[in-house]
Amino acid sequence: MMTLTERIITIAICAFATMSTRFLPFLVFSEKRSTPKYITYLGKALPAAIFAMLIVYCLRNVNLFSGSNGIPEALAIIVTCALYFWKRQILIPIAGGTISYMLLVQFVF
Amino acid sequence: MTKTKRAVRRQALVAAFPYTVPIFAGFWFLGLAYGIYMNVSGFSFWYPMLMSLTVFGGSLEFVMVTMLLSPFTPIETLLLALMIQARHIFYGIAMLEKYKNLGWKRFYLYFSLCDETFSLNYTLDVPPGIDRGWFYFFISLLNHIYWFTGSTIGGLAGTLISFNTEGLDFVMTALFVVIFLEQWRKEKKHFTVLIGFIASISCLLLFGPETFLLPTMALILLLLTLFQKPIEKAGGLTADVSERTVNS
Repeated sequence: MMTLTERIITIAICAFATMSTRFLPFLVFSEKRSTPKYITYLGKALPAAIFAMLIVYCLRNVNLFSGSNGIPEALAIIVTCALYFWKRQILIPIAGGTISYMLLVQFVF
Repeated sequence: MTKTKRAVRRQALVAAFPYTVPIFAGFWFLGLAYGIYMNVSGFSFWYPMLMSLTVFGGSLEFVMVTMLLSPFTPIETLLLALMIQARHIFYGIAMLEKYKNLGWKRFYLYFSLCDETFSLNYTLDVPPGIDRGWFYFFISLLNHIYWFTGSTIGGLAGTLISFNTEGLDFVMTALFVVIFLEQWRKEKKHFTVLIGFIASISCLLLFGPETFLLPTMALILLLLTLFQKPIEKAGGLTADVSERTVNS
């Protein structure tokens, strides 16, 4: 068992690690100097790839070959996309997708 | 006519709030779950409260429950925390331009750059007439407050809370899907999206759900670097902030 001090140090270490990953780019590429071309390129190229990664990350525990075979996830994503292309806004597709997923896992699957 | 500072702030808050509603749902659900998890693991509500305030990163905070119940290993803790949080470096690189010239507020913006805040602040166009800095600031602050209050309430209430929330966690998936579609619409070519999917799916299959993030990030970085010339040449990147404002 950790002592209280050790627990506080552990929390402080985790806070420090998180802050250092969040501050690092801003510290390395300060506002005053111009950013290297390669970094500017990464700044533009990374987000789309990261959003794809975050979607996969959210779905990482979905098993296509057992349980509900990922069908509720697939259906709810289709609903989300359809609502997005229909309404062209953010809130309705998120709400619609989530509610349909909840209904699917609670009542259907 | 110049608006008073208070009016500028209030308008930014009013403009920012609606966008944070899905995060409110997601963070209260996940935050409550996390607080309850800490409570049943034998921790007082001070722990989830303090951790949500200072660490403010969901995945690491869940892992920390196990850490805090294990023997004290500061170096391993540091390395594990750095590995879990490494993706934030990417967020910072992407936000370098948008977080420029924002005065003291930028330090809080750096501090609070979690997955969800990054997704919103990167993708959203600041509404016309709204102060950019305060808009980003309130998106970040509201999200931080949702996570903090959710996990504290969960820590206080423990197992007293029970209602059928099964599937509510999908709100985060839906958020990222919509953010993704917003990004998709802004791009002329979709090479980088393709790289993101190929890298994460192949790493997920190779390394499994627990450890695939780091190899995925390395692979994304490698592929983006290798294909920098063709991607730039084909115009497969999002327009600049300034260009986008003119177009919209």
